[in-house]
Amino acid sequence: MNLRLSQEQIVFGLAVMLCIGFAIALDGFLTTHNILNLVRSVSILGILGVAMGLVVIGRGIDLSLVAVMAISVAWSLQLAASGMPLLYALALGFLFSLVVGLINGFLIAYVEIPPIFATLAMGTLVYGFGRYFLFNLDVLYVPDDAEYMIWFGQGVLFGIPVPIFLFAAVCFGAYIFLRYTRYGRYLRAVGDNQLAARITGIPARPIVVMQYMLSSQIGFIAGIITAASVLSMNTRIANSTFIYDVILVVVLGGIGLSGGRGGIRNVIVGTLLIGILLNGMTIMDIQYTVQNVIKGVILLSAIVIDTILNPRDEQTAQQGDI
Amino acid sequence: MSISNIIIRWRYRFIPDHLVGEILSKNWIDNVIPMLFLMAVIGVFGAAIPDFFSAGNIANLMRQWGEFSLVVLALTIVIVAGGIDLSVGSTFALGNIVALALLNVAEWSMPAVVVATLAIGATVGLVNGYLVGYLRLRAFLTTLVTLIIVRAIVDMLLLEYSIQIASGFIDSDAWYFLGEGYIFSMPFSVVVTVILALILHLVLSRTRAGWHILAIGGSRRSAHNIGIPVRRVICSTYIISGTLAALAGLLFASRLGGAGADTGIGLEITALTAAVIGGNSLGGGRGSAAKAIIGSITVVLMVNSLVRLGITSGANSLLLGFVLLLAVAIDIRWVKNRLKVLSNVYVSPTLAELPPAPATVAPSPYAVNDRLGTVEQIGLDEIDGPEDVILDDNDNIYAGDRTGNIIKFFAPDYKQREVYAHIGGRPLGMAFASDGSLVCCIGGMGLYRITAERKVEKLTDETKRSLFSVIDDSRLRLADDLDIAPDGRIFFSEATVRYEMHEWAVDCIESRGNGRIICFDPNTGETSTVLKNLVFPNGICMAHDGQSFLFAETWACRISRYYFDGPKAGTVEAVIPDLPGFPDNINRASDGTYWLAIIGVRTPTLDLALKMPGFRKRMARRIAPDEWLFPNINTGCIVRFDDQGTIIETLWDLGGKNHPMITSMREHKGHLYIGGIFSNRIGKLKLDGFDPHWTGQKSYWGRK
Repeated sequence: MNLRLSQEQIVFGLAVMLCIGFAIALDGFLTTHNILNLVRSVSILGILGVAMGLVVIGRGIDLSLVAVMAISVAWSLQLAASGMPLLYALALGFLFSLVVGLINGFLIAYVEIPPIFATLAMGTLVYGFGRYFLFNLDVLYVPDDAEYMIWFGQGVLFGIPVPIFLFAAVCFGAYIFLRYTRYGRYLRAVGDNQLAARITGIPARPIVVMQYMLSSQIGFIAGIITAASVLSMNTRIANSTFIYDVILVVVLGGIGLSGGRGGIRNVIVGTLLIGILLNGMTIMDIQYTVQNVIKGVILLSAIVIDTILNPRDEQTAQQGDI
Repeated sequence: MSISNIIIRWRYRFIPDHLVGEILSKNWIDNVIPMLFLMAVIGVFGAAIPDFFSAGNIANLMRQWGEFSLVVLALTIVIVAGGIDLSVGSTFALGNIVALALLNVAEWSMPAVVVATLAIGATVGLVNGYLVGYLRLRAFLTTLVTLIIVRAIVDMLLLEYSIQIASGFIDSDAWYFLGEGYIFSMPFSVVVTVILALILHLVLSRTRAGWHILAIGGSRRSAHNIGIPVRRVICSTYIISGTLAALAGLLFASRLGGAGADTGIGLEITALTAAVIGGNSLGGGRGSAAKAIIGSITVVLMVNSLVRLGITSGANSLLLGFVLLLAVAIDIRWVKNRLKVLSNVYVSPTLAELPPAPATVAPSPYAVNDRLGTVEQIGLDEIDGPEDVILDDNDNIYAGDRTGNIIKFFAPDYKQREVYAHIGGRPLGMAFASDGSLVCCIGGMGLYRITAERKVEKLTDETKRSLFSVIDDSRLRLADDLDIAPDGRIFFSEATVRYEMHEWAVDCIESRGNGRIICFDPNTGETSTVLKNLVFPNGICMAHDGQSFLFAETWACRISRYYFDGPKAGTVEAVIPDLPGFPDNINRASDGTYWLAIIGVRTPTLDLALKMPGFRKRMARRIAPDEWLFPNINTGCIVRFDDQGTIIETLWDLGGKNHPMITSMREHKGHLYIGGIFSNRIGKLKLDGFDPHWTGQKSYWGRK
């Protein structure tokens, strides 16, 4: 009998167990309304998780994701508020996020700055750039006449909130990209072993640039949904620990930080666990700080269980992998 | 001589090209970019802020720096070992609130609070260390999670105690001393930080524990394979890191006395910035306390100055992020290219004008013949590279080999052999001392002695460092040949101070005076440099007069004589200024003359190349070392000459079949024993008309 469970299976099992536990213990957990609410509440996290997942599969990490999302969407809102048609404003914001992704990718692929550091600095830089040059407010509001944009955040289709559809669409798109397109496979190859990929003729550096552009694009989509859901964009989110939650979703689902492993399914599983956890604790009315402790402990135990079941080998561990 | 020749000569005499490579090869050069960056920061903000250098500003900065730098040091230790500790910011906040809560609410005494706070920090570190070190979790993720957990705990404590803390009053001078006191007019926290930084520096650079940490950071796998307790060391780095972060929190608590919700938020990122700006590599293996200090000063100056300049928070983070990216990009390029540049510029040829090579056809005394055609072979294929051979009173042969042994061949037929002594380094020149011990130059190790009881003893492996040397020339890199004066002093040559044993031939590409002759006096145990700037000094032989020795300079193709005693003491005179080849060992002959081994014959191409340093420089930079123009070291001969430098006879192996590879020869009872550093045998040649009872031992020490 093969007892070796992958991290994905462990996390999935944990999620199911939590789900069952909450269903038994908590009234109103297993209602359709609550489940829809649960998925809806984590769909933004999930979309960002997909963006981060793509980068991590490519052996990188994008710590500027949340900052870019916040600043680019906030700039769009600022432009729209100052009279520009919303569509143009959003297009400019999208372009902005693409340029930031391009710069990120360039710094990492060509200047060879470690991704952790490049994107960390880029997050700070983009936030500062936005606050200094683009707008002066912390919070920017969605214009009232932007019904179709608001629909993305608050609309309901066939009784299901639109963000859930968008989450599904992003997941599906990323799945198709990773699985069936040439560049998706290149991305995985580069993440698995950049030198080997390069030797086989894959344009490794452009692929790295591509992955950061992809992540900031998807981040922009998540940003629009965020803004539409709460009718505003709070740029302070760029300085919060939200980005760590995104990383945790990805890694918890079982995408290894050493690259090349995992897929979109892992992101979904990770998102589900976080969603169930947060939802259950909210229903139980647990204090926010205590929620954080519980979340942290559960995350830690997931990683520990994974390490015990799939120990890292001293002989094959990659050097410089932190 | 044309003007251009004169210019070239002066240019190579007075412009020290080789220093560029030597400076680049130093470890401290790593700190140059961060240091320049720090200078730039000081310059820019010093100019922009009016009272930047005022005492008040500096004192204020120093206090902040003290606490911040502790956190950077904490992070540095972990980074150097190949990990990362993102939880330092939260641990800092935890230390802050725990100290305040214990003092204000629990009303503990000050020492107990300090101990408890540090213990809490160490506990957080222990959790991290256990998870990352023993369970081998990923450091980044694990400490990310502990960051969140510890932060949540801090928030819980804040909810519980912040009002009591704010309203409490601490009646303890010792407590306020931590935050506001001075030692020798330096803030207490700065003194603590400087002391800890010094300790960390000493530990990392001078102790076994520090080397273990660096080794693990450099290559965890190799460290594991050579038996370093990787898990324990990694775990302890996190414990230290947690303790230091809590200490910083404690100092912060004492200075400000308040617990805010934003204490320590984002500190891990600022500290990481400081550590990396200082030049510590993420991923480990390269880092030091000095780098942490440089980085932390830079970051503190930048952050504070931006605030003081009244720049809005947006521009602040814009500038910080930009500067950070720039600094890291420069540092990354530097690390990546430094060794490339180093390997390009380290070899720095200089002008070497050899006198015209004498002919090797009759009537020249060097005329080619086939007198080595009849050499007997001893130990064919049983010895690998006997650079020198020597015989004892009982006619046994001793020869070094490539694997670090001294092999003894037993008289009379030399069929039987044994490992006489294992030294480990490459044995080169040898000589018997008057007490019968075998003194031996070991390439890469220094001067050693094998006593008559076969005990290996180190005589010396260092000399005094010269005053303005850039590379450390106190260590003996390539002790080559030695001889012993009548009073017991040992004179030995060190061929080059710029290259290791295995790169000795590269020294010829330079042909600079990189070598020296060193004297070890067994009576006082002192080592001193006698002659400097010799061009690959090689063979040394006491002259028959007992007050001078002859020495060969290989790449200069000349033999000189140095007087260490007598009326001419301290002078050098030329004996043979122009040899047709590269001289190696010199030894006494029985009739008052000397034997000289020529390792290889000069070629017109190399002679020309030596006159063209620019050509050799281009060669060293542009083509692979395998393709470089090296001296011929495979076709040599043996020359006999007298005190005046007159060549008496030359022995060649015309066909190159029997014994062409010659680095040494030793006359013993009417025979000549020949060794070669790339040879697989020892040659034995019957000499006609030489004293059949003469031995080197008798000639030197007059025994038997």
